[in-house]
Amino acid sequence: MRGRWPAGQRGARRNANLNFLALFFLLVLFLPLAALAADLPTLTGRVVDNAGVIDAGTRAALTQKLADFEAKGSDQIVVATIPSLDGEEIEPYANRLFRFWKLGQAKENNGVLLLVAPNDRKMRIEVGYGLEGTLTDLHTKLIIENDMVPAFRAGDFSGGISRAVDDMIMVLNGNPEELEARGKRNQQAPFNSDDLFFALFITVWAVIFFGSIAASILPPIFGQKLGPGRYRWLGMTFEPGRSSSSGSGWSSGSSGGGWSSGGGGGGFSGGGGSSGGGGSSGSW
Amino acid sequence: MLAQRLARPSTFRTLPAFLMMAIVLPLLAGCGYNTIPTAEENAKAAWSEVLNQYQRRADLIPNLVETVKGYASHEKDTLDAVVEARAKATQITVTPETLKDPDALKKFQDAQAGLTSALSRLIAVSEAYPDLKANQNFLALQAQLEGTENRIAVARRDYIQAVRDYNLTLKTFPSVLWATFWFRSNEPFANFTVDEDKMQPPKVDFGTGTKQGG
Repeated sequence: MRGRWPAGQRGARRNANLNFLALFFLLVLFLPLAALAADLPTLTGRVVDNAGVIDAGTRAALTQKLADFEAKGSDQIVVATIPSLDGEEIEPYANRLFRFWKLGQAKENNGVLLLVAPNDRKMRIEVGYGLEGTLTDLHTKLIIENDMVPAFRAGDFSGGISRAVDDMIMVLNGNPEELEARGKRNQQAPFNSDDLFFALFITVWAVIFFGSIAASILPPIFGQKLGPGRYRWLGMTFEPGRSSSSGSGWSSGSSGGGWSSGGGGGGFSGGGGSSGGGGSSGSW
Repeated sequence: MLAQRLARPSTFRTLPAFLMMAIVLPLLAGCGYNTIPTAEENAKAAWSEVLNQYQRRADLIPNLVETVKGYASHEKDTLDAVVEARAKATQITVTPETLKDPDALKKFQDAQAGLTSALSRLIAVSEAYPDLKANQNFLALQAQLEGTENRIAVARRDYIQAVRDYNLTLKTFPSVLWATFWFRSNEPFANFTVDEDKMQPPKVDFGTGTKQGG
């Protein structure tokens, strides 16, 4: 009895050590992940003002404008400000951030990222693959030089950014048919997948439903009578009376179904688009 | 009659084989049979994107040279150097099939690097011509050239990543089995060398940057 005390304590200490070790390993395991996540800001909305240079009114107006624009043509424009680039060039950083946030719809790659790094006095408009033809490098260059640079020099970040967003929307609106077609395509996309789901659902249901009907009707007509309510057809024995009762069990289970469409939810997230480094950068 | 009698059992004999295939093939996919071909195709696609962007740069150059010529015709040496470097760079193409050859990639890389340096010299020279810098066409070309250089950088980064993934599948555990038993002819792809990769893309700056950046 007496001898067991220290042993138990030692055991406890060893356990604590083990726990500590496990914790340490877990930490080491997740450290790179955490570091990677900490590296890039999170996408909290259409305007991610981590540098705190956009005033509240402008931010609300921009968010509304960008949401309306996405509703129209499915193009995702996101404004981001970061305090510092930590010595990185703005081009690779913007590309990384764009791909991390997956701006634009997956099939269209129609995202635009307007990135401002006030302390480095640099900005960039990164354009997704799908919009490179409409919002060309020259457009973005002109928007940067004409809208943002003069305003930023005067210290007016909100004004410069909102003018730049207006001009980007204007350019993207410049080809209205294409924009509308893009919007329609991407509105249909979720419905299409739902339709497919629905068709599959109906098919399975039809097979079960009509299969059981066929199993109850056809054997008496084509099959061989074995006894009361028992028929032999196609090498199988059918008992229509009983199989129909088991069939009713099916119908009750069918009303469930996962019908929620993916579109809901108030939060904003990237649609899965990517960028190949289109757009241009500037400094002031 | 005899043929019929022979034919019928044989169909019955092939049926289990078909069933086996139907069961085994998805299992093969599950075991990672597809890993190597997928990674290989990804790497090839990434390479095509690199080529595409270099081609895009090459396509911009004649226009650029013409525009500069209009304002700075006495910079003949620099202009000729660009044209020559472009001709050299466009002659060497590395198709996805020859990606396994590091020498071919090296040659390609050297030719493109030559064009890069010739271009940056041309751009440095054009600094001295205010009329040229004010030209709208030149401004457009400048924006496009900047964009293209950045796209090249992105495409190269993607290629490096894709090749690393592919080469890893040929060397790491589960997929290395497939590599030794099935994909014996698959060789690792050559990647961009570290030196070249660390090299910054040239600052394509026609003057607007320095004028406003200072």
